[in-house]
Amino acid sequence: MAGRARPRLAVWKFASCDGCQLSILDCEDELLALAEAVHIANFPEASSAVEEGPYDISLVEGSIITAHDAERIVKVRQQSRLLVTIGACATAGGIQALRNFGDIGEMVAAVYASPQYISTLATSTPIAAHVAVDFELRGCPVDKAQLLEVISALLAGRKPAIAAHSVCIECKRRGITCVMVQGTPCLGPVTHAGCGAICPSFRRGCYGCFGPMETPNTAALAGQWRRLGAAPREVQRAFRTFNAAAEPFLRQSQAHDDQDDPG
Amino acid sequence: MTQPAGPGKAAVIARAGLQQLLDALGAAGYEVLGPAVRDGAIVYDRIAKVDELPAGWTDRQDAGRYRLERRGDQALFGFVVGPQSWKRFLHPPVETLWSTRQEGERMEVTAPQPDATRYAFVGVRACEIRAIAIQDQVFCGGPFPDVGYAARRHNAFIVAVNCGEAGGTCFCVSMGSGPQATAGFDLALTELLDDAGHRFLVEAGSAAGTAMLQGIDRRAATDADLAAARAAVARAAGQMGRTMDTDGIRELLQRNAEHPRWDQVAERCLSCGNCTMVCPTCFCTTVEDHSDLAGTSAERVRKWDSCFTLEHSYLHGGSVRQSTRSRYRQWITHKLSSWFDQFGSSGCVGCGRCITWCPVGIDITEEAAALRTAAAAPNRGQDGTP
Repeated sequence: MAGRARPRLAVWKFASCDGCQLSILDCEDELLALAEAVHIANFPEASSAVEEGPYDISLVEGSIITAHDAERIVKVRQQSRLLVTIGACATAGGIQALRNFGDIGEMVAAVYASPQYISTLATSTPIAAHVAVDFELRGCPVDKAQLLEVISALLAGRKPAIAAHSVCIECKRRGITCVMVQGTPCLGPVTHAGCGAICPSFRRGCYGCFGPMETPNTAALAGQWRRLGAAPREVQRAFRTFNAAAEPFLRQSQAHDDQDDPG
Repeated sequence: MTQPAGPGKAAVIARAGLQQLLDALGAAGYEVLGPAVRDGAIVYDRIAKVDELPAGWTDRQDAGRYRLERRGDQALFGFVVGPQSWKRFLHPPVETLWSTRQEGERMEVTAPQPDATRYAFVGVRACEIRAIAIQDQVFCGGPFPDVGYAARRHNAFIVAVNCGEAGGTCFCVSMGSGPQATAGFDLALTELLDDAGHRFLVEAGSAAGTAMLQGIDRRAATDADLAAARAAVARAAGQMGRTMDTDGIRELLQRNAEHPRWDQVAERCLSCGNCTMVCPTCFCTTVEDHSDLAGTSAERVRKWDSCFTLEHSYLHGGSVRQSTRSRYRQWITHKLSSWFDQFGSSGCVGCGRCITWCPVGIDITEEAAALRTAAAAPNRGQDGTP
C-alpha cells in the first residue's frame, strides 16, 4: 500500500442491533493493522469524526424498515465503490423481518403509546432488495475472522475465501460428533457455514444464525425434525428467527403455518 | 478368512499386557491414539491408560442414528466404528501448504516442515485398515505422492482389533474388508471375554510388531484361544446390519446414470456433505488462499472438501453439478464404480459411517439396491441439470 492513498472505509447502520459493527471493534488484535490498511473515514459507532464520501469500501449493517432508509441506502451506494453488507439484518432482513408475517399497524399500536409518531414500512428487507451489493457476509453477528478475510481480500483484489456450504462441513472438520444423529434437532445441514459450528461444539443444535446454505433442502430437514419429535410449531420457530425472511427459510416456516401441535 | 494371519505365532496377553503395550508405544516415541468416550460417542483420542478405553460401552447404530449403551460386560472394544476415522490424523482436515512473507523487496516462501509425528493407532478395525490402504493408493500411488501423508503413514504403528460383533450399519463382509484384519497391521488383537477370562489374542503382522511384543508379558496361544478368536470373528461376520450386493456393481452404476431413483434420493438428500466427511476413503480437498490486511503475508491452506458443495465442481462460468441429484449420483458412482477405473478397487469398505451419520439416514446399500430392483426409466432430456 506504500506510495498510495489508503482505501477509504465507511461503516453504515440501518435497522440493526449494532452487533456486527461491534464485531469490527472486537477485532482487538487486528484493529491497528486495520486502521493502517484502510483510512476509516466514516464510522460513527467508533468516532464522531465523520468525513464525506466517496468511499472505497462501505460496510453496511442493518435492514431497510423505513422510507428514509430506502432513500439513504441509495445515497450510500452512490458514494461507495464497493458495498459489502454485514450480518443477518443487512443480508436477509434480520429478526425484525418477523414483522413481515403480521400486520404492522397492529404491532405498532401494541408497542407504542403514541403510534401516530411512528413512520415505518410494512416489511423489513435486505439491502440487496434496494441496491446492488458487491458481497454479502452472513451471520448474527458476523464472525470477525470472516470480516477481516473479506476486507483483506477486497484490499488484495482477490475473491474472499468464504464458503457457502453447510455448517456440517466445518463441524466435521473440527471433529465434533453430530448432535442430530444423537437425537437433537439441528439446523446445521441447511445453514451457511462461517461460525465454526459454535453451538454443536457445546452439544446444542445449530440455530441458523448464518442463514440458508447454498443449496438448502429445508423440507427434508424439517421432515427429519418431525421424526425426531419436533412439533410443527417448533419447526416453524426454528426457521423463523434471525433469517426469517431468507427465501428458503421463509418457505419452510410458511409450510408449517396451519399445522397444529399434536396431542 | 478366519485363519489367524501374519507371521509369527499367536500369543495371549491380559489387560495388564495391553497397558504394557500402550506404555511401550509411548516409550518408543509414538503419539498413542485410541477409542475413548467423548460427547456420547466413541471417538479417537490420545490415550495413555487402558482405563481410558470405553470399557463396558457399546454403540447402537442405524440410519441417521447413533447411541451409546452400557454393555453387560467390561469389554474394552465392544463397539464398532464411530463418527471419526483415522483419516483425520493421516489426512488432516486443515493443513497449511505454504506461506509467504514480503521482506522489503524480497518474497520469502516457507513450506511447513515435514510432519514428523509418529502415530500409534490402537483399535483399528479391518474396514479401516482397508480404508487406509485405499488412501495410500490415492495419496502415494501416483507419480506425485502427498509428502505429508506419506511421512505420517510411514511412521504409523497400527494395532488392529478384530471385530467380535457387528454394528447396525456394518457391511464389511459384503465389501470383503472384514471383520478380521488379514494384513496391513503391526499387531492385531482379538478381544476374548469368556469363562477363560478377559484376554487378547495378539498376532504380529510386521517386524516392528514382533519387536514391540518383546517386552510384554504374554503366553503362547492355545487351541482353545484360537478357536475362541475364530468364533468371535465368525459371530461378527454373521451379524452384519447391512448387506451390499456387489455383483456387477461397477456396471450397474455406469448403466443407470438416468435412473429415476436419483430424483427420489435428491428429495431426501441435504447436500450437507456429512457422508463424505465421515467416509474413511473420501479424500477431496479445497485450497484457500489468504492474505493479510497489510498485503505483506499470505498462506495457502488445504481443507477437507466435499463433492456435495457447489464450489467443488466450479469451473469457469459456474458449477457443473448444480442439482443435488447430480451430486449424490457423482458421489455414489465414484465410490462404487469409477473408483475402480481410477484406483483399481472399490472406494467403499462397508464401515457404514455414511449411513449412520447422514442426518436424514440415506443408506448407500439401499440406494445401490434400488438401482437393481426398480425399472430403469430413461429420463434424459427432462432434467435440465447435468
